[in-house]
Amino acid sequence: MLLLALDTATPAVTVALHDGTSVIASSSQVDARRHGELLLPAVDRVLAEAGLKLDAVTGIVVGVGPGPYTGLRVGLMTADTFGLVLGVPVHGLCTLDGLAYAADGTGVEGPFVVATDARRKEVYWALYDDPRTRVSEPAVDRPADIAATVAGLPAVGAGALLYPDTFPDARAPEHVSAGALASLAAEKLAAGEELEAPRPLYLRRPDAQVPKNYKVVTPK
Amino acid sequence: MADEPLVLGIETSCDETGVGIVRGTTLLADAIASSVDEHARFGGVVPEVASRAHLEAMVPTIDRALKEAGVSAKDLDGIAVTAGPGLAGALLVGVTAAKAYAYALGKPLYGVNHLASHICVDQLEHGPLPEPTMALLVSGGHSSLLLSTDITSDVRPLGATIDDAAGEAFDKIARVLNLGFPGGPVIDRYAKEGDPSAIAFPRGLTGPRDPAYDFSFSGLKTSVARWIEAKRAAGEEVPVRDVSASFQEAVVDVLTRKAVRACKDEGVDHLMIGGGVAANSRLRALAQERCEAAGIRLRVPRPKLCTDNGAMVAALGAEMVSRNRAASDWDLSADSSLPVTDPHVPGRSHEHGHGHGPGHDHDHVHEVSKENLYS
Ligand SMILES: [Zn+2]
Repeated sequence: MLLLALDTATPAVTVALHDGTSVIASSSQVDARRHGELLLPAVDRVLAEAGLKLDAVTGIVVGVGPGPYTGLRVGLMTADTFGLVLGVPVHGLCTLDGLAYAADGTGVEGPFVVATDARRKEVYWALYDDPRTRVSEPAVDRPADIAATVAGLPAVGAGALLYPDTFPDARAPEHVSAGALASLAAEKLAAGEELEAPRPLYLRRPDAQVPKNYKVVTPK
Repeated sequence: MADEPLVLGIETSCDETGVGIVRGTTLLADAIASSVDEHARFGGVVPEVASRAHLEAMVPTIDRALKEAGVSAKDLDGIAVTAGPGLAGALLVGVTAAKAYAYALGKPLYGVNHLASHICVDQLEHGPLPEPTMALLVSGGHSSLLLSTDITSDVRPLGATIDDAAGEAFDKIARVLNLGFPGGPVIDRYAKEGDPSAIAFPRGLTGPRDPAYDFSFSGLKTSVARWIEAKRAAGEEVPVRDVSASFQEAVVDVLTRKAVRACKDEGVDHLMIGGGVAANSRLRALAQERCEAAGIRLRVPRPKLCTDNGAMVAALGAEMVSRNRAASDWDLSADSSLPVTDPHVPGRSHEHGHGHGPGHDHDHVHEVSKENLYS
């Protein structure tokens, strides 16, 4: 088995290769504005580090968010296209689940929260009983509106670190890693679990305003 | 000819997901998925709606194009993609797909300019472009007069709209007349039954001191809207056919007059017209008439090739391969304001083609950053 995992749902552009036993190469860069530029060179680098070519990959794992739209699509479009050319399955995993999985062994005991930055003063978040068990649907909310629900729970992720009033017990990991996503996927696949379809979790409707100069693409 | 380059092109600069395949100047496939119906109720293209639709449509549209062309992806000589200009988020989906596709297939990637592609597509209809070629590009997004001596390396802007694009004016007048979106086809239809000289609407930027090749449709739009509102205020029926015909005449009169003048001034004996508005029947007819009178040969591709499509991107990509232009790098950006003077985005390790001075310092990172991709 050789899984290629990608996630661009958060400011991290992260790529990893997993051979079914462990992560054999990975790359993570945090740059919220350059997902499109950074992802493919990172894939190329990770493959080179492992001394492999893309056609050795037997499955793709991609973080489906939730995440701010534009960056999120870079990972999904790349995964879909690789799947098309290689003829291998493309598995989706909730990005928050990857963060929760990475929290294993960092001292989080019992129920906790994962929260990422949703911009616009909101967080994407979900509740977990343990690093492998999500107990709420991913949602997008203002931190103050969920303060009562998450009160007293430890929290991981950049969204938690950003809002200490709501998440006083916030801790690392701050960003998702494709290594964690790949390990989680490998574990689920080995257990015979079916993974999600690689479809984006936007959680917000598109802003429906037509920009004033819509469709004007010619520079003046 | 089998030794001509086989290129797949991807276009996502606005609301059409286009995938085309060409061999040299021969069209093999032109697959399109449009999200236009999803935008109609907003009266214009909603960028996020378009981007979401591109993601969903991309893989099925690539598949459809390959089937239509009857070729195998392994036989492609290159993958071309619109790198800009266009809607940032929408462009990014296409650029991402093209990069992943080219990388997975082990083929070179060519990030190309949307406007140059609109010109180059005519090679699929009328054979190799004459050099130089004068091009009038008119759509909901562009109104430009461009002169090209080599479509892969030298495209010069002679004039452009200073306010609305021509197609935008059609959309806005259609909205005032309650005819729906997009406005071009429906106004064309009503205009056929109306009198183009019924109402004397203004011709923008046609005075002796005005810039010879620039366009302005904002004043015309206001003037038409005022005329309609006055009729309504007086309790009279608005003559939709005559308004459509007179408005359309004002637009195409200016477009063709300036294009023909540019040909004469520059000594160019060919004019190509592209973009969605090139599907307008009156524009085609008047351009034909005026070009004939001036001894200019008119080239207008069939309407499906005039609107945004993947075949035009493939056509320019094939030309890049034929002329040995440098491929793009794997970190190619989607550049919403890619200058028309850059027909493609060569990799940094390669030299720029002629037409770019060494001082060319267009900052792609900055251009992308200001669009705030992470939102
Ligand atoms: Zn266009």
